[in-house]
Amino acid sequence: MSHQQLLSKIATNDKHGENSPYFDGWKAYDRNPFHSTKNPQGVIQMGLAENQLCFDLIEEWIRNNPKASICTPEGVHQFRDIANFQDYHGLPQFRKGVANFMSKARGGRVKYDPERILMSGGATGANELIMFCLADPGDAFMVPTPYYPAFVRDLGWRTGVQLVPVHCDSSNNFKVTREALEQAYDNAKKSNIDVKGLIITNPSNPLGTTLDEETLKSLVRFINEKNIHLVCDEIYAATVFSAPKFVSVSEVMQEMKCNKELIHIIYSLSKDMGLPGFRVGIVYSYNNDVVSCGRKMSSFGLVSSQTQHFLASLLSDEDFVNKYLETSKKRLAKRHRFFTKGLETVSITCLASNSGLFCWMNLRRLLKEQSFEGEMKLWRVIVDEVKLNVSPGSSFNCSEPGWFRVCFANMDDETVEVALKRIRAFVGRETNDNNNNGKRVEVKRWKSNNNLRLSFNSRRRIKSGYTLPNMYG
Amino acid sequence: MGIEIEKSCVVELSNIAVSNTHGEDSPYFAGWKAYDENPYDEITNPSGVIQMGLAENQVSFDLLEKYLEEHSEATTWGKGSPTSFKENALFQDYHGLHSFRAAMAAFMEQIRGGRAKFDPKRLVITAGATAANELLTFILANPGDALLVPTPYYPGFDRDLRWRTGVKIVPIHCDSSNNFQITPEALEAAYKEAESMNTKVRGVLITNPSNPLGATIQRSVLEHILDFVTRKNIHLVSDEIYSGSVFSPSEFVSVAEILEARNYKDAERVHIVYSLSKDLGLPGFRVGTIYSYNDKVVTTARRMSSFTLISSQTQHLLASMLSDKEFTELYIKTNRERLRKRYEMMIEGLRSIGIECLKGNGGLFCWMNMSPLLEKATREGELELWNEIVHEVKLNISPGCSCHCSEPGWFRVCFANMSENTLHVALERIRNFVDKLRASRF
Repeated sequence: MSHQQLLSKIATNDKHGENSPYFDGWKAYDRNPFHSTKNPQGVIQMGLAENQLCFDLIEEWIRNNPKASICTPEGVHQFRDIANFQDYHGLPQFRKGVANFMSKARGGRVKYDPERILMSGGATGANELIMFCLADPGDAFMVPTPYYPAFVRDLGWRTGVQLVPVHCDSSNNFKVTREALEQAYDNAKKSNIDVKGLIITNPSNPLGTTLDEETLKSLVRFINEKNIHLVCDEIYAATVFSAPKFVSVSEVMQEMKCNKELIHIIYSLSKDMGLPGFRVGIVYSYNNDVVSCGRKMSSFGLVSSQTQHFLASLLSDEDFVNKYLETSKKRLAKRHRFFTKGLETVSITCLASNSGLFCWMNLRRLLKEQSFEGEMKLWRVIVDEVKLNVSPGSSFNCSEPGWFRVCFANMDDETVEVALKRIRAFVGRETNDNNNNGKRVEVKRWKSNNNLRLSFNSRRRIKSGYTLPNMYG
Repeated sequence: MGIEIEKSCVVELSNIAVSNTHGEDSPYFAGWKAYDENPYDEITNPSGVIQMGLAENQVSFDLLEKYLEEHSEATTWGKGSPTSFKENALFQDYHGLHSFRAAMAAFMEQIRGGRAKFDPKRLVITAGATAANELLTFILANPGDALLVPTPYYPGFDRDLRWRTGVKIVPIHCDSSNNFQITPEALEAAYKEAESMNTKVRGVLITNPSNPLGATIQRSVLEHILDFVTRKNIHLVSDEIYSGSVFSPSEFVSVAEILEARNYKDAERVHIVYSLSKDLGLPGFRVGTIYSYNDKVVTTARRMSSFTLISSQTQHLLASMLSDKEFTELYIKTNRERLRKRYEMMIEGLRSIGIECLKGNGGLFCWMNMSPLLEKATREGELELWNEIVHEVKLNISPGCSCHCSEPGWFRVCFANMSENTLHVALERIRNFVDKLRASRF
C-alpha cells in the first residue's frame, strides 16, 4: 500500500509548516535545555512567547478559592453538572468573565457582549475557524509582515486560504501604510485572486508594538472601502506595559462610521494570562451570521467545561482581575526594561516597543552579509555557539534581513542575566574578530526582490513555516 | 465600490458558512427545541418534555464523585499543588501529557479485557470525538471524495464528516431483515453507487457498538469489512466511543483485536476513534482520541490536533483518575451493570406495551420499532408519529429518518440520561399513548 497516495492532499502537503530549517533551533534546545544548576551551559529558550511572570498570583487565588475546582471537597458537588455541560454556547459565567476581562484590558473603554463570544481550541483554532467562516478555498487574506509564522498553518492549512503579504519595513518602524495595502490588494486583483479580508495582530507579534490610532483608523477605512473583512488578533492586548496605551479596533469602531459586519476579533488567554495549556480561544464577531455559524463550528474545539468553570470563577473576581492586570503590566515593563538596557550595553538596539512578550532585536550590523543567507548564518551561530534559541526575522516573512525576535517573559531573572551575559560575550567577540582581522562588515546593496510583488508559487529558500506548533507563539 | 456604507451591501461569508451542512435543520435537533422550551422536572415541571434524544450517561457519576473526593489533591494540579499549576498551565505540547496518553491507552485495553494492546505513542488527542472524526476525514479524503457509512448512523456525522471537509457520505444500506447488520452485498452496492457518481471512495467508517442500534458488530462482519477495505485499498475508521458501554464484555470485539490476531497485517489502513463522553459520562470535558496504526496518519493527526487539543487541566485530572487501575476496574464493571439494568427495564417496559426493540447489547439507547403504529409506512408517516410523540406525549426521541434509516418507523430512545423514576414516567406516557392510539384505530 502506497501510504502517500492514500492520504489527502492536505495531509501530504507541508502547510503544517514543520519542515522549516528553524526546527534545528528547537532541536538544539530539546537536546540540551538550559537549567540554572543542572545544566548551566545548555541552550536558553528564547523562541517561546510564553508569559511566566504572574503565576504566583493565580496560585495564591487557587489556594484561597477551592470551590473553583470540581476536584476539591468544596467544589465536587458541581462535578456532574459541569462534566455534563457540552453546550456550544459555553457556560454563561465563563463568557461573562471573558467579556469582562477583555473590557478591563482595554481600560473599560469598550464593553463586550457575552452573547457574541465563541469558544475555540486556542487562538490557533479561533484563527482557523474565522477563516472557514469568511473565505473559500483559494481566497486570500492580506497580512502585514513580519507576521506570526504559524499563520500559514492556522489560516491556510485546512481552509485552503492563501496569505497575501503586505510588506512593511524599518524605514518607518514597520508601520502598515496605505500604499502598501493598496499595492498588495491591487496585485492580488491583477492575479485574479479574491481577497476576502485583512488580518492584523495588534499588539504585534513579533514587533511588540501597538497600532497607533491613526493607522488603525486607516485600516478600518480601507476594509470598508473594499468591503472586505477585518480580523484583529488581539491576543496580546493585556501585555501592553507602557505608553502608548492599547487602542483596540472595538474602540475605533465607536468613533468612526464603519460596517460592523466586517469586524471580528480573535482572543485567547494563552498570552495575557499565561495559560496556553488550557486552550482558551475566543472569536468575537460583530457580524450576527458569523456568530451563528461560528458557534456551530466551535463544536470542533470547545473549551473543557472544567476549565470554563475554573476560569468563570477566576475572572469574575473583580479584585483579582484588577490586581492581575496591574501587576502583570508592571512586571512585563520591568523585564522589558532590564533586557533592552542589557542589550544596549553592547550597542544592540531593539525596535521601540510597548507590549508583547518579546523584543524585535536589530542585529543587522552583525551580519557578515546583508542578506537572508547572512541572517541564517548568524542565526546558526547564535543557536549552536551562543546557545540561545532566538527566532530569525525570515521565519516571520520579514522583508529585511537582520532582525530577530527574542522572548523574555518565559524565564526567571537569573536566566535573563545568563542570556545577557552570553550575548555580551558574543557581541564582544564578534566586534574583536572584525577589528583584529581588519575586516569591515560587508554591506551588500539590499535588493528588494519580493516585497512588493506577490509570488505565491515562488518558494523562498527560507520558508516562513515554523516548528512544533504548540510550543511557541 | 462605493464608499457609502450601505446596509444593503451585504458582505459575503464563505460557502461553508452559508451552507446548511452543519445539519441543525434536521428533526434530530428540532425535538430539542421542544425540550428546551418545556423541560421535564420531577418536581417543578412533571408534565414537561422528557429528554430521550440525548445519548448521555448519567448513571455512574457517583463513582466519579467519590473518587474525586478521595483524591482531591492528586486530581487538582498534582503533587505539591498548586505549585504544579504553572507546569500544567504552560503545557501545550500536542503530544499530550505522557501520563494522560498512557492512562488512556491502558483504559482502552481494560475495556477490551486485555484482548488488544494500545501503544500510547499512537494516541493523538482531540477535543472530543466530534473533532477526531472531522480531523481523520481531513487526513484521509479530499473534498468531493466519499466515506461509506452504514445506515442508520449518528446524525452528527453529517456535520462532522462533511461540513468543513467537503467530503461526501455514501450510505451502506442496512435493514431489519437481518437486524441491520452490514452485509457484503451492501458494502459492494455502496461502493458501486459512489463509482457511478464518479466519486472516489476513501474509506469505510463504522461505529462499534453502533449508534443508534445499540448493538455490537459481529466478529465475522468485522473480518469481512477489513477484507473489503483491504481489497479496495481504502481506509477503515472504527468509532468505538461506546466500547465501555457494552453490557457484557465478551460480546464486544474491537477491530484492534482482529488486527492483533492477524499480526497487524494491513493495519496501516485502520484508525480507531475513542472518547470519554459516553463511557465516563464526561461530554463537557472534550476528551477525544485517535488511535492509528499508520505512522503518517499519527504524525499528521498530531499536527492537526493543534486546532483542537484537550485542556491540560483536564488531561491531568483524567491521567490521575484513569491510571488508578482499581478504580477503573470498579468503574467499568459497575457502569456496565447499571446500563444493562436500565436497558432491561426499558425493553421490558416497552415489551409489556407490545413494542419491540432491536436486540441490543450496548450503548445508552434502544432502537425501538414503532412501524406497526404508522398510519403510512413512509418517512412522512414516521415524522407524523414523531411529532405527536414530541408534542403530545412530550418525549423527545429521535426519528429513524434523522439517522438516515431506510425503513420508516424506527426510533432511538435514550435511557441513561435520567433517573429511574423519570424512566418509569416516560414508559407510562408511552403506554397511555399507545393504548389510546390502538383504541382509536380498532
